[in-house]
Amino acid sequence: MENEKVSLSDMKAGQTGVIVELHGRQGMISKLSTLGIRVGEKIKKISQQAMRGPVVVEVGRSQVAIGFGMAGRVLVEAAKEAGKR
Amino acid sequence: MKILLMGNPNVGKSVVFSRLTGVHVIASNYPGTTVEFTKGFMHMPEELGFKGETAEVVDVPGVYTLEPASRAEEVACEMLKEGDVVINVINATNLERSLNLTLQLLKKKVPLVVALNLWDEAEHTGIKINVERLQQILGVPCVPTCAITGEGFKELVSEIKEAKPGGYEYEEEERWHEVGNIIAQVEKVTHRHHSLRERLSDASIFPGTGIPIALIVLFVTFQVIRFIGEGLIGYVFEPLFENLWAPLMLKVSNLLGGDGLIHNILIGRLVEGGIDFGESFGLLTTGLFVPFGAVLPYVFAFYLILSFLEDSGYLPRLAILADNIMHRVGLHGMAIIPMMLGLGCNVPGALSTRIMETKRERFIAATLMAIAVPCMAQIAMIVGLIGKHGASGLGIVFGTLFVVWIILGVILNRIMKGESMEIFLEIPPYRLSYLRGLVKKVWMRIIWFAKEAVPWVLAGVFIANILYTFGIVDFVGRYTAPLISGVFGLPKEAVGALILGFFRKDVAVGMLAPLDMSLSQLAVASVVLTMYFPCVATFAVLVKELGVVAMLKSAVIMIISTLIVGGILNLVLGIL
Repeated sequence: MENEKVSLSDMKAGQTGVIVELHGRQGMISKLSTLGIRVGEKIKKISQQAMRGPVVVEVGRSQVAIGFGMAGRVLVEAAKEAGKR
Repeated sequence: MKILLMGNPNVGKSVVFSRLTGVHVIASNYPGTTVEFTKGFMHMPEELGFKGETAEVVDVPGVYTLEPASRAEEVACEMLKEGDVVINVINATNLERSLNLTLQLLKKKVPLVVALNLWDEAEHTGIKINVERLQQILGVPCVPTCAITGEGFKELVSEIKEAKPGGYEYEEEERWHEVGNIIAQVEKVTHRHHSLRERLSDASIFPGTGIPIALIVLFVTFQVIRFIGEGLIGYVFEPLFENLWAPLMLKVSNLLGGDGLIHNILIGRLVEGGIDFGESFGLLTTGLFVPFGAVLPYVFAFYLILSFLEDSGYLPRLAILADNIMHRVGLHGMAIIPMMLGLGCNVPGALSTRIMETKRERFIAATLMAIAVPCMAQIAMIVGLIGKHGASGLGIVFGTLFVVWIILGVILNRIMKGESMEIFLEIPPYRLSYLRGLVKKVWMRIIWFAKEAVPWVLAGVFIANILYTFGIVDFVGRYTAPLISGVFGLPKEAVGALILGFFRKDVAVGMLAPLDMSLSQLAVASVVLTMYFPCVATFAVLVKELGVVAMLKSAVIMIISTLIVGGILNLVLGIL
């Protein structure tokens, strides 16, 4: 299985991966971490609203909505699913 | 003894609070329902080993962490110093997030009891927690609870006396790691399939299906409110007032001699020898009909639906869909909460602007709500006044307000310094209202309406009488005619409604009824009345929430935009 590093905003809905980097101020990183968005956690992108709208992801056992800008600063090593180009 | 209820947002602290104290507070299914500390008292029962004393219980707004990153967290840390015992309410379906806060509380060395709330939901979703083991690890009492049914509460109360600071030690940097370790020891999750509830949840946040679903929900909401509101008025309240109350009032009127100051204040003026609840304007006629006959049915219908939506968990999903529009006006999706609550009454709407993170957002949200979101009481009166002429008049009024909301928001977003925050929110699972909880919540809001609104309505009707009887409306009308008639194209007596609008907007709209205005005049007057200034109750809350200076700025914005919008609308409707 091949892996690629993409931001949460660039991921496709339905894609899964592991969070590898969080960029931003300490305040934002700790805010993200309280809702389970931490380096090493598994994450699945559920949906993406049109026109740079919020991203909904599943981490741990719950779903979290994140603004598009913030999502751009979360880097994920996405698992490339077989059969998908 | 002072007991603090602390925990993550949306874990049911307010339901626990109501259980313990019997004081009912609004609980919903979205993070941030509780924006204020609520205090209550509970009796510590002898049979559970207490001395029968009274303890103070504080419902602290939810926080994810004690690292003071936001205002809510700072306040929570401050509160912590005053508490004798902390009941840490945690979400059994999401231990990780909850235990992060629990460990931080343990580090503060406060006597602690852990309530594993939503226990039933955890069981349903296949999560098993070894409570005994958790208790051993944390070194504090842990009790499974289900606040909605009251399960586990006897044990919880009884364990309050066993509360202790706990003995768990850890390195700050390792906190998430420690949380993971604890969970590995106490929790077992059995595999389960994607439930219908989750599919529904996904459908409501995929753009392709989410937006149609949102439109359907809003349409149904609107129809149900109309159906219940109109039904109650047409079949219950109007017949009651017309067939029972009116004859009685006519007798009182005869008794009082049919005229005179007292007669006019209590009964008002007779229209063609009879009582007209819309136009008589006496305390006992219009004064009672406006709040109970015209407004209450809609307020009830609105709160019934709103409460159901709040409990369901749909609102955060709507927030995600609305996020884009909200960003245009400098807000983010969660700003739908103050707007929706504002539709019920601007007072709770103004309070809920605290859900927004920055001062800038709170200012924009409060200003937009106060200007362009009419409360249900006012809406009901506008519908009563204009609805007779068909739907087009209502379309003009509410369409104009919506356009004002957007344009003003875009302008505010441009001229105010700072950027808008991004949405960041946990999406709760869908839940069905617990019937008794729903009934209680609607009841609370109705009582609140009766207590807060009815005295103001009566005061408003009384003042309206004074204004007319002593010729004050005529007097002021003479000086304001250039504005009222010149700019807005309204009869000069309409100034009476504008004066009254400071007290109660519904009474003010009611004052337009006897003026014999055209449909366009009614539309202009309704828009102007909504926009020009908040009612006194909302004003007081806004001063408290925004501060005097910001409120003054907001008021200037309101007055200027009213002049512009009222003027333009008058011109446009004049041409059409």
